[in-house]
Amino acid sequence: MLWVDKYRPKTLDKVLVHQEIAQNLKKLVTEQDCPHLLFYGPSGSGKKTLIMALLRQMFGPSADKVKVENKNWKVDAGTRTIDVELTTLSSTHHVELNPSDAGFQDRYVVQEIIKEMAKNRPIDTKGKKGFKVLVLNEVDKLSREAQHSLRRTMEKYSASCRLILCCNSSSKVTEAVRSRCLNMRINAPTEAEIVNVLEFIGKKEGLQLPSGFANRIAQQSNRSMRRAILSFETCRVQQYPFTINQAIPPMDWEEYVSEIASSIFKEQSPKRLFEVRGKLYELLINCIPPEIILKRLLYELLKKLDSELKHEISHWAAYYEHRLRLGQKAIFHLEAFVAKFMSIYKGFLIETFG
Amino acid sequence: MAPVLQSSQPWVEKYRPRQVKDVAHQDEVVRVLTNTLETTNCPHMLFYGPPGTGKTTTALAIAHQLFGPELYKSRVLELNASDDRGINVVRTKIKNFAAVAVGSARQGGYPCPPYKIIILDEADSMTEDAQNALRRTMETYSKVTRFFFICNYISRIIEPLASRCAKFRFKPLTEEIMSNRILYICKEEGLNLDSEALSTLSSISQGDLRRAITYLQGAARLFGSSVSSKDLISVSGVIPEEVVQALFSACKSGHFDVADKEVKNVIAEGYPVSQMLSQLYDVIVESEDLSDEQKARICKKFAEADKCLVDGADEYLQLLDSASNIMRAISNMPQEFSFGS
Repeated sequence: MLWVDKYRPKTLDKVLVHQEIAQNLKKLVTEQDCPHLLFYGPSGSGKKTLIMALLRQMFGPSADKVKVENKNWKVDAGTRTIDVELTTLSSTHHVELNPSDAGFQDRYVVQEIIKEMAKNRPIDTKGKKGFKVLVLNEVDKLSREAQHSLRRTMEKYSASCRLILCCNSSSKVTEAVRSRCLNMRINAPTEAEIVNVLEFIGKKEGLQLPSGFANRIAQQSNRSMRRAILSFETCRVQQYPFTINQAIPPMDWEEYVSEIASSIFKEQSPKRLFEVRGKLYELLINCIPPEIILKRLLYELLKKLDSELKHEISHWAAYYEHRLRLGQKAIFHLEAFVAKFMSIYKGFLIETFG
Repeated sequence: MAPVLQSSQPWVEKYRPRQVKDVAHQDEVVRVLTNTLETTNCPHMLFYGPPGTGKTTTALAIAHQLFGPELYKSRVLELNASDDRGINVVRTKIKNFAAVAVGSARQGGYPCPPYKIIILDEADSMTEDAQNALRRTMETYSKVTRFFFICNYISRIIEPLASRCAKFRFKPLTEEIMSNRILYICKEEGLNLDSEALSTLSSISQGDLRRAITYLQGAARLFGSSVSSKDLISVSGVIPEEVVQALFSACKSGHFDVADKEVKNVIAEGYPVSQMLSQLYDVIVESEDLSDEQKARICKKFAEADKCLVDGADEYLQLLDSASNIMRAISNMPQEFSFGS
């Protein structure tokens, strides 16, 4: 088992990072009165961990017994019936799904499936816990229509169903949905907190950590706990016992992007652009999301620029990233950004050095 | 069905006014509707206004008061955006419901006028085709059916529909009325709310009573019976003032890297960028050491960034771009870039 999963805190009491939030959540649940929740925060900050721990706190250990199901729904949409297939993860008390997996049909998923689930009240002999929990991931990727149809569903079935929504940025969730939920902001762990957790894991695994080693991992992790733990484990596999100046291997795609950046700096010509295009393609077919490539490329480029150019480049990065979202083919926009950069940089070089 | 725990009901539902006369602050509407209750004469209605001002509440209340619990099910059809409302539904479901004739048997002290009510909630999310299909239906069955449209933006209702209805604008609630209602709920729920928290609550909810009540309930659940203004800010998703100021002063410093670091920090802390922009906007508009031209330049950029965010652009890049624009505006750098144009 990967350490990321092995050391995922199972209960709210054992959470190391967001202790205050965890205690508040616990209070929330023990009062037997839970509103709809919206968790938002950057990736690797512990949203999912908190949700799982919360479910466990609500329903006890039976919440851990989950089964993966591939469900087929037939949705009646007037003239035609639409087949929606979706993978759900469910236990007796909760159902978890990724509505955005249904693509442009997500509206039907939200309307029909959630409605249906919310209608089926769980029957409990003790009359307790008369509600089911529905965990929806990536609500920020839901279409506007789907979010709109979510809002009344939330109100209508609030007695029998609680929704837990999970997303990266709450900007993309409509105000209407946000105002119906208790918003929980999960911030990324600070470096000190990451160091803390790494040391905790090190102790549990019986490892000797040289001083400053955990610090360096934390610095490289970009404040993502998941990434920190993964690279910690990679280091462990590569070389143990640790040495003080052991290199922490960067992600290979990041290295690749930094190569691209330096090759752009060396020469600005159509020929070089063509080479860069090949490399960008390489990254894309390895399933690195284009916006992440663009962001990383910007990061690498900004390192070596004059402050005047930094403004300009960051503006164009934002500009092309926006176009990338609207457009279809990512490579055009990535390439356009590179070409733009080359022209700006060349102009700058000519102006400065003649 | 398992019994519903009373406490599990959201306060928004629990304290939803049941009678038209309890609806706060919307005097004209209430006057017209109380009149309707007496004379049982009622036009088609169109309620519009910002969220949380009581539109749905009013519509539901009048329907309940007209028909009472027994007839309500057969006389009122409530459709909202979570139901499918394509053109087919308009042609079949709504039309069939509208066509049924009803009598005016007075039952159990309710007026029960001889018509049915169709409530179309969130009507602005109906397609234009569906709205067009409604036009004739409304007229043909006007003897036996009344339509209530509820929407946020009246501009999204097609003109032919709007002209067939009596329009009522719901005003945003004033601070005083909101405080009254909030204090009433606090009393009922046994909450302790100091005056500072109360004013914070009304400023962060901006006239939206539903939002205010949701925040209040959230804070009460998380932090117990005594709620401070800090608790309210933390549940509402409003960004603390220090964070906004930190970003602004980083922009003022004129160093790109300082601002970049601050932007990264904001993203890592998980603050929503759209919220950040609107709060930063407040700071900039009120700031005294900026000239009008600088402010205009910054605001223009904010508008662009906001549009990009709605399109789904990356938050970090947009905030960085906005921050860089603020810096350039403050230090009076030219608006056009020197190299790429």
